[in-house]
Amino acid sequence: MLQGSDLVCVRGDRRLFKNVNFTLGAGGLMQVGGPNGSGKTSLLRMLCGLSNPALGEIQWCGTPIQSLGDEYYASMTYIGHLSGTKDDLTAIENLRISSALAGVEIDEPKAREALQHMGLASREHLPVKVLSQGQRRRVALARLLVCQTTLWILDEPLAALDVSAVKLIQQLLEQHLEQGGMVVMTTHQEIEITAASITQLQLA
Amino acid sequence: MFFWIIRRDLLLAMRRRSDVFTTLFFFVIVVSLFPLSVGPEMNMLRTMAPGVVWVAALLAAMLSLGRMFSNDYLDGTLEQMLLSPQSLSLLVLGKALAHWLVTGVPLVLMAPVLGIQYDLPAEALFVLTVSLLLGTPVLSLIGAIGAALTLGLRGGGVLVSLLVLPLYIPVLIFGSGAVEANMAGLGYDAHMSLLGAFLLVSLVFAPWAAAASLRVSME
Repeated sequence: MLQGSDLVCVRGDRRLFKNVNFTLGAGGLMQVGGPNGSGKTSLLRMLCGLSNPALGEIQWCGTPIQSLGDEYYASMTYIGHLSGTKDDLTAIENLRISSALAGVEIDEPKAREALQHMGLASREHLPVKVLSQGQRRRVALARLLVCQTTLWILDEPLAALDVSAVKLIQQLLEQHLEQGGMVVMTTHQEIEITAASITQLQLA
Repeated sequence: MFFWIIRRDLLLAMRRRSDVFTTLFFFVIVVSLFPLSVGPEMNMLRTMAPGVVWVAALLAAMLSLGRMFSNDYLDGTLEQMLLSPQSLSLLVLGKALAHWLVTGVPLVLMAPVLGIQYDLPAEALFVLTVSLLLGTPVLSLIGAIGAALTLGLRGGGVLVSLLVLPLYIPVLIFGSGAVEANMAGLGYDAHMSLLGAFLLVSLVFAPWAAAASLRVSME
């Protein structure tokens, strides 16, 4: 269970948001909304533990995430604005290395299967720099297929994706939620996800 | 996991060989400029050789420090490393080791060849190579702290030299000192022991310090 209480985010001398409270249980989806610059990405980075809230606390299963450290990282996957892929490496190498970093070592057939599922068949051995924005995004999102984490934190996962890929991600998220996973995501696009519990968090 | 990060960085260096060669050629050219400008005065060349080679090695190691984390920072892979359930210190150690394999080892291999230009005797060439072998990993490890601290700053390249070069001084003194002692007919064991000690201390502390700096820089 992910819980945030009275979160305050300060950037420079501007306060982006205050008194953000939420509770996300198993099978729950939280959609973070708000205009540009309202602190959506800042909130997600806080939830990952990349930055600390100015005030308030984030708890994972009742313990503050700062004191959990590696244990929390083992159950969380974050895909941010930056794709986290290396331009000079091929899609398959990128996927294998990024999942090894996340603590899940996969072999080549498994990585190829995940990339094929993401619609990158026959492009696995191309360096990522020759792929389009949408295809790079698919390579980054392929990590969701191989990692076995409970909590997914996705910052604009649908940016640059085409209709079929959006549908694919939608199915992937629904499947994950059905199995008791949790998803926190921001998106500006309309996406219909059926889940047991959906929370909308609107940042002013 | 530790090997994955080394493998990754070596693979990236293989795909971008120009980065490796610029460091090596910088070292070769700087070391070769001195005999050309000073003239063929054998005795003088022999006395200045250890110092010149070592200073050139420091500067060459400095040149490539900026790239240690900045590329990973820009494409978001560093973010993923920070969120890895593996120890960040171990990851930093892997990156520093990969940096040494890519920039340090070619310098060590090239040094005896360059030493011939200075008319160094065979034994001094050997001591020079061993001192570089012990000293260059320290340069990569200490450099990792500087690179982590200046991550994402404008003009980070100059700042990193100001931060890191003073810390390189002990390595420089004992590295070139070993060769001088050997040529003066004295033992060089003490110098090597000290270089070894620097290596062990930096192996333990540098990854930890660099990991802490990365967390601060990424916030």
